[in-house]
Amino acid sequence: MIEIKNITKTYKTGDFEFQALKGVSFDINDGEFVAIMGPSGSGKSTLMHILGCLDTPTSGNYQLDTKDVSVLSDDELADIRREKIGFVFQSFNLLPRASVVRNTILPLVYAGITKEERLEKAKIALASAGLDEIYFEHLSNQLSGGQIQRVAIARALVNNPSLILADEPTGNLDTKTGNIVLGTFQKLNEDFGRTIILITHEKEVAEHADRIIFIRDGLIVEDTKTHQKKSVRHLL
Amino acid sequence: MKTIDILQETYSALLSNKVRTGLTMLGIVIGISSVIAMVSIGKGAQSTIETNIQSIGSNLIQVIPGVQGGAGSQVSQGRGTAKTLTYDDALNIKEKISSIKAVAPELSGRYQITGKGTNTNTSVVGVTADYSDVRNISIAEGSFISEQHFRGMSKVAVLGPTTRDDLFGEGVYVIGQNIRINNIQFKIIGVTTSKGGSGFLNQDDRVFIPLTSAQKFLAGDPYLSNISVQVLDNSLMAESQIQITNLLLELHNISDKAQPDFSILNQNDIVATASSITQTFTILLGAVAGISLLVGGIGIMNMMLTTVTERTREIGLRKAIGAKRKDINLQFLIEAVVITLLGGIIGVLLGSIASFFINLSGLIQTKISLNSILLAFSVSAVIGVAFGYYPARRASNLNPIDALRYE
Repeated sequence: MIEIKNITKTYKTGDFEFQALKGVSFDINDGEFVAIMGPSGSGKSTLMHILGCLDTPTSGNYQLDTKDVSVLSDDELADIRREKIGFVFQSFNLLPRASVVRNTILPLVYAGITKEERLEKAKIALASAGLDEIYFEHLSNQLSGGQIQRVAIARALVNNPSLILADEPTGNLDTKTGNIVLGTFQKLNEDFGRTIILITHEKEVAEHADRIIFIRDGLIVEDTKTHQKKSVRHLL
Repeated sequence: MKTIDILQETYSALLSNKVRTGLTMLGIVIGISSVIAMVSIGKGAQSTIETNIQSIGSNLIQVIPGVQGGAGSQVSQGRGTAKTLTYDDALNIKEKISSIKAVAPELSGRYQITGKGTNTNTSVVGVTADYSDVRNISIAEGSFISEQHFRGMSKVAVLGPTTRDDLFGEGVYVIGQNIRINNIQFKIIGVTTSKGGSGFLNQDDRVFIPLTSAQKFLAGDPYLSNISVQVLDNSLMAESQIQITNLLLELHNISDKAQPDFSILNQNDIVATASSITQTFTILLGAVAGISLLVGGIGIMNMMLTTVTERTREIGLRKAIGAKRKDINLQFLIEAVVITLLGGIIGVLLGSIASFFINLSGLIQTKISLNSILLAFSVSAVIGVAFGYYPARRASNLNPIDALRYE
């Protein structure tokens, strides 16, 4: 469902040019759980932005669900993001003054879905992200880090996207809550067949996925199945 | 994104920083309310002056004598002092011009008047019976000068309420009492109702006597100081003015139209002049208040720019999960417009209350016009759009990646 071919990305600041991606190609199939791993400065964030349709490549081709998204305008990309991609960020990015439910339905608000349907979908998404119903009307600043990240996962799920992109989702969490979040991803992948791309710089974290793409200096160095996948579903 | 969702976002965004929202709104409230109050003062002054002018009588043309002296004479006595108008002129105007409703010739002068042990110096106006209709004079007690008084040169007088108060004391019943004008005894037959006005516009400090009596006993000659001509309809004023001019030129045997021995004042011209003065006054007041509205608008822009900066990450998130440029733009624009509109509503209320109390204090009359309220509303909406546009555009143009990284 994801096919990228020979993607490059060049940043220009004045006369200075910096090539963050130097020709990256891979396919990701439906229902895969892939970790993109690399040290900082390797180009993995740039790759994440392109995969998430937040940015377009300088050259190369990106097909998402057989649609070429490398040539779309800003507003067309916004449509793709709304319909096909769910984001989970390192810094959570919830609206601080809004309730858990309000935060979860935010993508549906932009999709123009009716109130009743929104609430229905939000409840399902929150349940699959593993957040207890008693927290639904809490404001997001009344929750713990692990709970906040579950709300963020629910928000990523609520639109029923083809792809969930998680950018260092455990970066701001302690190991135990981080593992619970990773377990949630494993459950979503294994039980609900969600396609998940996890971006991380930690090998530890990457090993929770089925496949690891290792990237360095804008090129893929290694693309293999995980030797020993760590399952943390028992923590849920 | 649906309208109701935008409004809900706006509601929670504005409530999240109540103090800042309130202070920003205060700028607009002060601006709008001062516009409303100032314009109402201007409009009040305008209508006061117009009512004063109209209270002299409606659809009036005043004919006054011209300059005494003329060719050969070195010393001019000023307009209105010449002895050129006669009662016959007045009769001719009434009979020969069809658009005339009534004519009220008068002869006025200032004389010393004595009452019971008191005296005053005021204007004595010799009038005909038609005068009360033409000049909107109504009678509080007794009766006005009649046709018989006019024909019989009766020594009767009608007092204005101020003159009555000066001579006999406030509210005293004076019908049947005598006064002496220039040492000639007149019997009081009536008192007029108060018309208000003050200074040179005071129409209550007057004594009316029959025109014939004034000519015979006081002035000693058959001339008039003024002819008030009432025209049937306002639309006929200009035409009547020309007809009266031509008629009087003919009656006075004057061939040179540039040198008449009388002059004519059209009430419409007086009203128009007075209105244009108060109009300028109103615009001036409104403009001063408008400056505070502009300052309020800049306050809105300042607040919106701060908000956009503060909420950069939120904007990035919204874009990442699929908000289009248009959605972000609309959200911030509506925030600005809601602040200004709410400020506008409160401002209209406060301004109206202020104008009500200014009126109540008796200092100046005020008049709130629907126009100024509508104007205030549309101005506040325009300010919201104008000063919200740039911050909203800035928000909608943010790159989601940069916005998400913003610390």
